[in-house]
Amino acid sequence: MERMFKIVEKSKIWFTISLIIIIVGMATWLFKGLNLGIDFKGGTVVTIKIGKEFDVVELRKSLEKYDPQIDVREIEGYEVTIRSNKITTEQVNQIFNDVKAKYGLKDDALRSIDTIGPSIGKELRRSAIISTLLATLGILIYTSFRFELWSGLAAIIALVHDLLVTISVYTILQIPVNSSFIAAMLTILGYSINDTIVVFDRIRENRKLGKYHDFETLVDASITQTLARSINTTLTTLFTITAIYIFGVPSIKEFALPLIIGIISGAYSSIFIASPLWVIFEKRQGQRV
Amino acid sequence: MKTRGRIYFIVTTLLILFLSYVLVNGLTLGDYQVKPLSKIVKLGLDLKGGVYVEEEIVDQNVSKDTIERTRDLIELRVNSLGVSEPIVAITGSNRIRVEIPGIYDPKAALEQIGKTGRLRFVGPNNDEIITGKDVKDATVGVDQRTNAPVVQLKLNQEGAKKFAEATQKYLGKQIAIYMDEDLVSAPTVQSVIPDGEAIITGSKNVEEAKRLAGIIKSGALPVKLNPATIRAIGPALGAEAIPTSLKAATIGIALVMLFMLLYYRIPGLIADLALMVYMIITALVFTVVIKATLTLPGIAGLLLSIGMAVDANVLIFERIKEELKLGKSLRTAIDAGFRRAFTSILDSNVTTLIAGFVLFFIGTGAVKGFALTLIIGVLSSMFTAITVTRFLLKSFVNAGWITNSKFYGA
Repeated sequence: MERMFKIVEKSKIWFTISLIIIIVGMATWLFKGLNLGIDFKGGTVVTIKIGKEFDVVELRKSLEKYDPQIDVREIEGYEVTIRSNKITTEQVNQIFNDVKAKYGLKDDALRSIDTIGPSIGKELRRSAIISTLLATLGILIYTSFRFELWSGLAAIIALVHDLLVTISVYTILQIPVNSSFIAAMLTILGYSINDTIVVFDRIRENRKLGKYHDFETLVDASITQTLARSINTTLTTLFTITAIYIFGVPSIKEFALPLIIGIISGAYSSIFIASPLWVIFEKRQGQRV
Repeated sequence: MKTRGRIYFIVTTLLILFLSYVLVNGLTLGDYQVKPLSKIVKLGLDLKGGVYVEEEIVDQNVSKDTIERTRDLIELRVNSLGVSEPIVAITGSNRIRVEIPGIYDPKAALEQIGKTGRLRFVGPNNDEIITGKDVKDATVGVDQRTNAPVVQLKLNQEGAKKFAEATQKYLGKQIAIYMDEDLVSAPTVQSVIPDGEAIITGSKNVEEAKRLAGIIKSGALPVKLNPATIRAIGPALGAEAIPTSLKAATIGIALVMLFMLLYYRIPGLIADLALMVYMIITALVFTVVIKATLTLPGIAGLLLSIGMAVDANVLIFERIKEELKLGKSLRTAIDAGFRRAFTSILDSNVTTLIAGFVLFFIGTGAVKGFALTLIIGVLSSMFTAITVTRFLLKSFVNAGWITNSKFYGA
């Protein structure tokens, strides 16, 4: 008897797990919103390395004269980020000079200054939406052509699942969303489809062999046969991207985190979402194995 | 067959190791020198520090020629700052992207770039005497009496004539010099100036005088600009980003290689060699063929692609394992493994390529760079898995060192 994991029979459990994450995420999105970074909202962020312990509350007080709503936060490595959407470039220089004088710093304490106009966010959103739609359509056409329409649809749903799960994690944890998040989401779009296609390829091959007599065993067998590959590829990918998340500088971490979430979600959805969905679609059509 | 397999395997392995060594450390052979990749690769602003500005053209319906002329004028101004390798490029339909490495003060950079640069000499009755169009050349000099830095103007013929008339008319009166809306200086006319030479005092230091001269010389911008994005990356950030990324890369790649070796044994060893070929190809394509600029997101993308690059090998090896378990001989199993893994490799990579191309053509900035990494990564990993892994694995089996199929995953 062939060893086989029973995946399809427990479809409801897998769908429920994903749905809970996505529903909580979307509800948070609705009520609390995404924590949009300056790339979307516009404004200025100044990052300065203080290099020693300092009092954030006190620093904030001293900078309130520039903007009463100024946001001052300590980040890893004795650094401070100062955010505002009201200050001018001249005030940015004054703020840096204030902080410099206050803590006896040199010019090289300035890590970065980012000022983004409000028009950029709109454009970013537009190009992200167009890219997502076109890429999805392209993938759908190719998979429908190489497999059949229902495989294509199941693969696309798994893809949307990965994007939604990643957004959900971001809304639930209220991690700021910037342009690097968009780039990471679009990368997930390209990579996570890969896993699903490998499983579908195996299903297609096993179906031709005619060894399995119902959809459940066909899909369970195909998933089991490709499971080692799915896990191993996910692991090797996670090795490199997690290394950059652990050792990298903050701006590269911003990029690595959504990728890690998306990769894990992609591996999950290719096994637990795409293939069980395909079974449901095929059965609805009254198809036979 | 044995000898041939051994020679093939050893020579190829040595070649891979030698190439990797040269790319990392460089090589000098007599007069001939190969620079290490780290010396060739172009670093993005986020790795070397500098100011990044995206200026938006405020005016509506500006022609392409005007945008190009604006870009050229900004380039002249930025070049007068004397930094190495600044970038001035048109992005999108109405924006000009400026990258100035080595300057960390966004305010100074903005003044240099964004000033419309309308120079006006105005008489006491608010009448315009000369403008930037009348200026032939602007240089920095020193005022002999005060030792202060000044901007020396050389006027063209028409400008000289106008200036001579005006200095005669307003002898002993004040002439105001405006740069855009700012009053730069308001000297009193001491004597008639017939030779078309004028000086502008009032610069605080030589740098400021140089900037002013640069703006005047490059002429007024035909459009009004508004900075849409300003980023300044301090020098320390890049200095820290490179070693930490290198450390992450070393650890990540070592883990991938170790994992492949422990899990797949002989095929794993060969996958590691193929991964080195993958890295050699990707590095060469990036630095030599398309001369891409390395940025932080680019580093993340490259590392991600290295983790993904073994995927095709994993697909093949899992297939070989299955064939071995069915009781096939080592050689037949390897052939069948490659053959049967091929459609999976093709279909999964084509779908990734579709996404990659869409992102490349529609995306901007980081997305475009990332998409390029994705495309190059997918193509070269497919190539190495199908050719290099196959060749090495077959040579190794032919060499007959290890024939027990246990070491191949059975």
